[in-house]
Amino acid sequence: MAKFEEVGPHAPITESIRVDLVHPRARLGVTIRAVVAVVIVAIMLFPVIWLALTMVKTRPDAVAVPPKFIPYFPEGLLSDWCMVPQLNKDGTPKLGKDGQPVLKERDVCFDVTLEGIVGLFFERRTLTPAQQKQYMESPEFGWADRILLRRGLVITGPSEFVDRFRNSLIIAGTSTVLAVTFGLLAAYAFSRFDIQGKPDFLFFILSTRMLPPVVVTIPIFLMYRQLGIYDTHIGMILLYTVFNLSLSVWLLKGFLDEIPKEYEEAALVDGYSRMQAFRKVVLPQAATGIAATTVFCLIFAWNEYAFSLMLTSDVARTMPPSIASTQGAGGIEWAIIATASMLFLIPVVVITFALRQHLLRGVTFGAIRQ
Amino acid sequence: MSHVELQHITKRFKTVTALRDVSFEIQDGEFFVLLGPTGAGKTTTLRVIAGLEKQTQGHVLFDGEIVDDLPPPDRDIAFVFQQYSLYPNMTVYDNLAFPLRAPMRRMSEAEIRQRVYQAAEILRITHLLERRTAHLSGGEMQRVSLGRAIVRQPRIFLMDEPLSNLDAKLREALRVELKHIQKTQGSTTLFVTHDQIEALTMADRIAVLNKGRIVQIGSPIDIYDRPATIFVAQLVGVPRINLVDARCEDGTISIVNSPVRLPKPVSRELPRTFKLGVRPEHVQLDPQGEFVGELLLIEPLGVESILHIKVGQQSLVCTVPGMTRHKLGDALRFNLVRDRLHYFGEDGVRIQV
Repeated sequence: MAKFEEVGPHAPITESIRVDLVHPRARLGVTIRAVVAVVIVAIMLFPVIWLALTMVKTRPDAVAVPPKFIPYFPEGLLSDWCMVPQLNKDGTPKLGKDGQPVLKERDVCFDVTLEGIVGLFFERRTLTPAQQKQYMESPEFGWADRILLRRGLVITGPSEFVDRFRNSLIIAGTSTVLAVTFGLLAAYAFSRFDIQGKPDFLFFILSTRMLPPVVVTIPIFLMYRQLGIYDTHIGMILLYTVFNLSLSVWLLKGFLDEIPKEYEEAALVDGYSRMQAFRKVVLPQAATGIAATTVFCLIFAWNEYAFSLMLTSDVARTMPPSIASTQGAGGIEWAIIATASMLFLIPVVVITFALRQHLLRGVTFGAIRQ
Repeated sequence: MSHVELQHITKRFKTVTALRDVSFEIQDGEFFVLLGPTGAGKTTTLRVIAGLEKQTQGHVLFDGEIVDDLPPPDRDIAFVFQQYSLYPNMTVYDNLAFPLRAPMRRMSEAEIRQRVYQAAEILRITHLLERRTAHLSGGEMQRVSLGRAIVRQPRIFLMDEPLSNLDAKLREALRVELKHIQKTQGSTTLFVTHDQIEALTMADRIAVLNKGRIVQIGSPIDIYDRPATIFVAQLVGVPRINLVDARCEDGTISIVNSPVRLPKPVSRELPRTFKLGVRPEHVQLDPQGEFVGELLLIEPLGVESILHIKVGQQSLVCTVPGMTRHKLGDALRFNLVRDRLHYFGEDGVRIQV
């Protein structure tokens, strides 16, 4: 700490302290805010946590009431705590035939199983108990098979999950890129040029979004069948692009309107063509808007259910309808659904996370002062 | 460097006419100032010359050639905008290099580097080159803006009120600097401003613009000493010119509602009623003065003082050098400098005598 030679208004200020950060009342405020933030995060993430736990539960555990929250591995992690001796009525530990105490699970514990995860990737068939016993003893089955054999199931081949996932990636990804690209060009034109009937065009573009999509699925289905693009990637990409275009034009127009046109004009007189000015000057500044629009378009295309259900059957079927129609052998396979949903979440989370800096950067660009 | 000419430019927007029949010429190496109040059409004129707006009628000529259909990149001009319009995502160096990096110029990075440093040196911003533009002060930003114009040797510099967003001290400093750069580089410059001091101090010639029309073109001396209309007379000069109603009868000029009487100038007839303009410095205090008035108000500015003198029902503003020892209510004697009086007809146009 510097010593002050002089005191008073002429003394040089050699360091500064944020008074608002050290005052007890301010620090209490910070603490309260932190606690509130943690609570909110816990509440928001609860469904995801539930999903993650369901991934590794057996079917009875998945629907158990009260719900089970503590996973343990048999003979492994947490099993000491989760397995407690069963008691007789008089309070003494119940002993088994071998003289060891009989153990039982605590109510909140469940043992981790990978049958949901394995089940997602493979088609399964139910075995008779005799077959199950025979297969269990056979050495030719790998670890994945054994997980399902314990449930009395045998793997018959790869499931469609990987194909569906790939379809979703291709369709949502391509349609997002197209919607944002075309949207950007249209929005730029609307933002910068005098276009005859501009408000009417903009309203028309917005109006394509006003009809609930489900209403038009059947006409679109008939058209698609006629055109031969029913159940094709092209068909779905086209549809999602068109649906996202209205959103992307409007969103991006708002962002582009915020960028002063002086920037491009400066570039124009500096010797750049309009397209070069657009690329060099407008695009870098529109990054925030492009990122936000990309995320919105991607989420719509990624999550879309109704069209995909009606307009695809196999080749181009995307994830949402296929998750919903996951079939189990005599009951709903919650673990498989949870695993599929979890994997389904990942791409959107990754993209949003990758773009977060642009999303958070805000829309003010320091160098303009009024 | 070059010669720029505007021929009968008219520019109409949807509901307003921004420019009506504007014509003027800018000579090679000239510092030409467009002066006018807000909304007079100054910026529109610049944008028409730059090619950012297309005129409704008339022609723009560069070196005698019509360039009406040339897009902005091909006109070879530099534009300094009112708002600094530096690219916020680039460093100062990149901002300065930006015009040189235009694909049409095909300039090597080495030459760009040399030119950028040269410009930075002239503007004394070498120490800022690595900074991001968002972290610059207003004066620094505007220097960089000027730098982006002078890295090239364009045919003409167009400057749209480049100093108006700066504080007064900085404006004064940059004004001097700008004039110095212009003179040493010999660059043809069209400078737009609403500030008459900027116009008078910097210009070789001034064009005064009002409501889209050119009112007067001339040297600063012409504009100040022989304003073509009341509008120009009032626009230029601080404090403002005294403007009083006057009558001319039997060879005598009398200022309405005051005892001031003057002989009529011999050279020309005057209408019966007109406006008489007297610059404050031409109201001269004199103990033996012809007229007498009462001191109404004093505004001491240090280098001079502004006195408001009540003469009859009229009040005249007068400047005296330094601080004054007169007190409010004092009776002051003064003269009007006869050959520096301005006569304007009822239509506001100067009557030459």
